[in-house]
Amino acid sequence: MDNTDSKSNLDNSIKPVHTNKVGGSPFTGVLGWIDNRLPIFRMFKYEYLDFQVPKSLSYFWSFGGILMLCLIFLIVTGLALGMHYKPDAKYAFDSVEKIMRDVNYGWLIRYAHMNLASFFFIAVYIHIFRGLYYGSYKEPRQLMWLIGVIIFFLMIATAFLGYTLPWGQMSYWGATVITNLFSAVPFVGEAIVNWLWGDYAVGDATLNRFYVLHWLIAFGILGLVIFHVIALHIVGSNNPSGIEPVDTRDTVSFSPFTTSKDLFAILVFFLIFVAVMMYAPNYLGHPDNYIPADPLVTPAHIVPEWYFLPFYAILRSIPDKLMGVIAMVSSIAILGLLPWLDLSKIRSCAFRPIWKQFVFIFVLDFFILMYVGSKPAEGVYVLIARIGTIYWFLFFLVIAPIVALTEKPLPMPSSIHEYEDWKKQGKLKTFRFFGSK
Amino acid sequence: MRHLFCGNKRILKYLILIPMSKEESKNKTRRDFLTIATSAVGVVGVGAAAWPIVSQMNPDSSVKALASIEVDVSKMKEGQEMTVLWRGKPVFIKRRTKEEITTANKVDLKELKDPQTDDKRVKKPEWLVLVGVCTHLGCVPISGKGEYGGWFCPCHGSHYDTSGRIRKGPAPTNLEVPKYEFVGDTKIRIG
Repeated sequence: MDNTDSKSNLDNSIKPVHTNKVGGSPFTGVLGWIDNRLPIFRMFKYEYLDFQVPKSLSYFWSFGGILMLCLIFLIVTGLALGMHYKPDAKYAFDSVEKIMRDVNYGWLIRYAHMNLASFFFIAVYIHIFRGLYYGSYKEPRQLMWLIGVIIFFLMIATAFLGYTLPWGQMSYWGATVITNLFSAVPFVGEAIVNWLWGDYAVGDATLNRFYVLHWLIAFGILGLVIFHVIALHIVGSNNPSGIEPVDTRDTVSFSPFTTSKDLFAILVFFLIFVAVMMYAPNYLGHPDNYIPADPLVTPAHIVPEWYFLPFYAILRSIPDKLMGVIAMVSSIAILGLLPWLDLSKIRSCAFRPIWKQFVFIFVLDFFILMYVGSKPAEGVYVLIARIGTIYWFLFFLVIAPIVALTEKPLPMPSSIHEYEDWKKQGKLKTFRFFGSK
Repeated sequence: MRHLFCGNKRILKYLILIPMSKEESKNKTRRDFLTIATSAVGVVGVGAAAWPIVSQMNPDSSVKALASIEVDVSKMKEGQEMTVLWRGKPVFIKRRTKEEITTANKVDLKELKDPQTDDKRVKKPEWLVLVGVCTHLGCVPISGKGEYGGWFCPCHGSHYDTSGRIRKGPAPTNLEVPKYEFVGDTKIRIG
């Protein structure tokens, strides 16, 4: 701020500048010439070929790659569908039927897009479980976990918007119910909902903007996934032992070890996907969505897509409209608080006998909520949904902090290579379901 | 960078967000004023530019123009109900029976979640006009079902009585009564 001060500093503050950073490439020839000017090849080499990852990684760690591929396939098939689909309340349903019947391979592309959305969620739930079980959300990976939670929110939004587009009965009424969630906002709820619809009910204007937003958010996910991966390459992969690698006895290079392992996982995963897509393409959908949207008739039993059912059960378990909406949104958002609720220094459940039990009950709770979410909101289902909802929040808000403070962990190896030795000697009960060698 | 931070602290003080000492209050400069004035104009400008982008999503003129419809109800017999589309939403018009009107009137207001007498919800007791949209999450309730003889919403189990009032379930308020009037004995203008 002071004038005389900055003047006297001026002379000895002259420093060289480096606006020209050309050079430093490990490549030669054309690759080197490009890489010296745009360091993408060296980035690929450092981050995907030489990159060191813990050697104890199990198949659970393949789901990041699987998700990336799902996203790319979704964007590619979505692009193809977009060339034939018409986002107009009059033509949308028919244009989807045209894709199914007339467009070359339209049936394949649409079934692929539809089922990929489901498999994207299968993979992301396994991916989230992995993070939960092995403590991947803990220092220093909190930000990465938070980005992941935001990606999950965007996935939910995109899946919901995409489900509206075929303009069948489930599309229409799903859109109506979900957009009406915003009407729970005090005072301005009604105005917000009309603004979202561009009408006084879900209609043509709504469909048109949902189509645009479906695209926008899909690319938003892609952007955040890039941040997620950049953050991963800064903090490094967690692993089943939850111990950070120290030297080369603990690690392998990403290629060929992880790449070949991931490739196998990808092949198995997409084999199952193709089997479902080819033999039961509508199994994960709802037959009512092949009835054109009718604003006068609500289907007798309206259910969201299977991947929303646990959260739908939480919404319905609370008899008050506004509180139900708040509970549903916070049941997902609370995942983002987990790094600060579970303060145990030990990451992996392999060494946390008590927490491990609660994590398994949490997984069970997820499936129970999913089941009751698919049932009508009456009688015993309401009771089960309420118990499930209570456990969901207890797990994060009460169990996580208390167990972190009181649990006595099992004896731990001092390094990843020792962990591997213990495993060979049968000293550890590890999670063998997905194998680890 | 240092300049920027110092400047910001001064501005916060200037806006009396941080307490200011006497000496500092004498040192308010023209530069502070200019920074604040420029920022204020910037905020107003960005807001003004953003508003059309936000507002274009609201219902447009053609949607608003369809705001009223006329319905002929001369052919309806006692106990019958019809559904018409108004602003993209179903509207129930019900010619109620005597029993339905008496049950609606007999209800103790203390029992109601959203207390309202029946005569406040109708213009002629015989004719009940309702927006057929569940006040919970917007499904269309089914007529003649539910525990109170009125409507039942299949989505999340809200029960409405013969006056369209919420009696049981998650819906927070009664079925909305649209703005309407009788134009002649058997014609209703909705909207």
